[in-house]
Amino acid sequence: MSVSHDIVLVGGGGAGLRAAIAIAQFNPRLSIAVVSKVYPMRSHTVSAEGGAAGVIGADDSLEEHIYDTISGGDWMCDQDAVEVFVKEAPEELLRLEHWGCPWNREPDGRVAVRPFGGMKKKRTWFAADKTGFHMLHTLFQTSLKYTRIVRYDEWFVTKLLVDDGRVQGVVALELMSGKVQPITAKAVILCTGGCGRIFPFTTNANIKNGDGMALAYRAGAPLKDMEFVQYHPTGLPFTGILITEAARAEGGYLINKDGYRYLQDYNLGKPEPHPVFRSMELGPRDRLSQAFVKEEEKGRTISTPYGSVVHLDLRHMGEKVINAKIPFVRELCLKYQNIDPVTELVPVRPVVHYMMGGVHTDINGATPLAGLYAAGEVACVSINGANRLGSNSLPELLVFGARAGKVAAEFATSAAEPSSAVYAQAEDEKRRLERDYLRKTEGQERLATIREEMQKSMEQSAGIYRSGNTLAQGAAKLRELQQRFANVAISDSSRTFNTELPAALELAFMLDVAETMIQSALWREESRGAHQRTDFPARDDQRFLAHSLARRQSDGTCGIEYLPVTITRWPPGERVYGK
Amino acid sequence: MADRISLQVLRYRPEQDGQPTMQEYEVPCLKEWVVLDGLNYIKDQLDGTLSFRWSCRMGICGSCGMTVNGEPKLTCATFLTDYAPGPIRVEPLRNFPIVRDLVVEMGDFMRKLVKVKPWVVRKEERPLSEGEFRQTPEQLDEYKQYSMCINCMLCYSACPVYGLDPLFVGPAALALAQRYNLDSRDEGSKERMDALSQHDGIWGCTFVGECTRACPKNVDPAGAIQRYKLSASLAWLKAFFMPWGARDGR
Repeated sequence: MSVSHDIVLVGGGGAGLRAAIAIAQFNPRLSIAVVSKVYPMRSHTVSAEGGAAGVIGADDSLEEHIYDTISGGDWMCDQDAVEVFVKEAPEELLRLEHWGCPWNREPDGRVAVRPFGGMKKKRTWFAADKTGFHMLHTLFQTSLKYTRIVRYDEWFVTKLLVDDGRVQGVVALELMSGKVQPITAKAVILCTGGCGRIFPFTTNANIKNGDGMALAYRAGAPLKDMEFVQYHPTGLPFTGILITEAARAEGGYLINKDGYRYLQDYNLGKPEPHPVFRSMELGPRDRLSQAFVKEEEKGRTISTPYGSVVHLDLRHMGEKVINAKIPFVRELCLKYQNIDPVTELVPVRPVVHYMMGGVHTDINGATPLAGLYAAGEVACVSINGANRLGSNSLPELLVFGARAGKVAAEFATSAAEPSSAVYAQAEDEKRRLERDYLRKTEGQERLATIREEMQKSMEQSAGIYRSGNTLAQGAAKLRELQQRFANVAISDSSRTFNTELPAALELAFMLDVAETMIQSALWREESRGAHQRTDFPARDDQRFLAHSLARRQSDGTCGIEYLPVTITRWPPGERVYGK
Repeated sequence: MADRISLQVLRYRPEQDGQPTMQEYEVPCLKEWVVLDGLNYIKDQLDGTLSFRWSCRMGICGSCGMTVNGEPKLTCATFLTDYAPGPIRVEPLRNFPIVRDLVVEMGDFMRKLVKVKPWVVRKEERPLSEGEFRQTPEQLDEYKQYSMCINCMLCYSACPVYGLDPLFVGPAALALAQRYNLDSRDEGSKERMDALSQHDGIWGCTFVGECTRACPKNVDPAGAIQRYKLSASLAWLKAFFMPWGARDGR
């Protein structure tokens, strides 16, 4: 059995739903499939808290948002892409307003904006501190209007179908029944988000396993800038639950064990009672996370059973402001940490949050592989460069979700029908899943053990600071884990809602994606943004003002090439904060 | 405090089990651990065949609702120590067919969701060039609470009416209909009313209020339904006495 659509979207989060609506509006005759391993409203966009950047203030300008983004990304952003992004972000956020997103308002009814890290002006639209939740539900509910959008909820994509150099669909597993079948299409858009679960301590949901990155990589598309992993400076210890940057934007302080606002020691400006743009607690995330490590080395952090922490102090903001501006922060602290930020200090530590890298795409979300597109965190356009600014990822998934949808729709309108060869590929894939997983009887390795060893090794070898030595050790460990994975035991052979099978497939995805991270980091012998090499502490524009492209070689290893960064009007300069 | 606690978990694998059974597992009972951590410990260390849904572990994705000691709970927000010394019974959400183990079938809700038209209905779309709809903080407050629903299904599990009458649209979907009805940008309340004022729409609710008690996000679906009933009655009265004036339906 097989089904066919004009376009298949893999992933039903913000980018996927925005793309689906864009296609439905662009050409209502096209049949659209949204294939998602969870119900769309479970997608991880739901967890985004602080807000979405888009210039609307009378005192603000596109030019300033562009500059903040480019300098925040340590000049690794493609400047033509940033221009498009900044220009289209406000209209996309406005469109969401028309679709019902409950943006916070000024007293006169206009949309309100708040400050955010690394941004020089107030330009972050927000729906309290559940912005991602409201955006996702608005998109999902709006998508229900369009009858051309057919959903495959709780279908897990295992493979892209590629023939004659063109992507022509996917193979997917229906969790409910265990059925594996091809869903063919003239174009496929990957919108599967990031891969934070490769690391042990992350804000990312359990479903963030780099599925789309691995699918693309295995199909021959390159992954770009995979060495750039964002640590968010303020995660709750143990759970990794994110405390949004909005907590600092609204006035929170970061203090060490002596109650000292330590960021003043790291070239991030002077402490003031109230938040100052691009300064101190409103510095960029990479610099704040790096400052934490230095502070830890100086013995000025607080040790806990779940690692060292510093404190986020919100007490001076008062109950009223906390409830009005960051109610979810209070809810999360109370429910998950048993701490009330109105009266107590909140323990926080840096936590893996976001992948700047991803599937290499152009400004329209097109990958080098015909028929394959990508948008959102899974993709690397690149507007985030070496360090993403907070509140740029939500507008990114709207802008590039819409663009990818439109371009894929154009492509699908004129593309040929899928070839017969892909059905044979789908049969092979079915056999592979049976042989290697469901009917496998031998196998001694425990899934969770391999996963934990991978996570631990990735933190040790490719954490906030890396070196040639740690990365080489990480590479060796990954090779070992890849071999051991072949011997993994699968205890569940049933078809009905088998969750062990997708967990095994996700681990295989993560091992591939982890390898591209390690190799990209190993080859980049400089420090830039979130990629800090202790053995190469300086930025090296001479050699590395270039995107890395990780491509799977014919022998299965990962090869690295470079692609120059697109520089238009903003020549590389020094990143200055706190001035 | 005991350092371990026993979880009695409902197991049901339709390919091999005629009916559900309970299986007992011992898991560490750490201060920080929630019921979901206990289930993941089972899955990772003791028994890979146990199936359940989860994702964000921060009470916002709505995946991990289950019945814990008889009550509908988000298992990511339910601490093991609150039930010490145990045992803790973990079962799937009630009022839904069980697919397997702790996983329930929620297709019924997904279909009902569409029925309430949970999107902004406009007679004419507003062009982007005209900017945003003005909406004051007070107008936002009118519907904000009803927009906080995470579709976790705890209210359906708690609702005695839904348990008896599966045709009842149910708390979350009705709260969502009300969320759009009360949004100053929306013009669809009449359309929604037409779909919902049948007996299986809002009238099924007997206002037991279990949904509001079960809601982990303080959405108050019972209050939404009550307001809805009131405006539906008024619209009906208006139509009856002044058929020319009943058009806006609010």
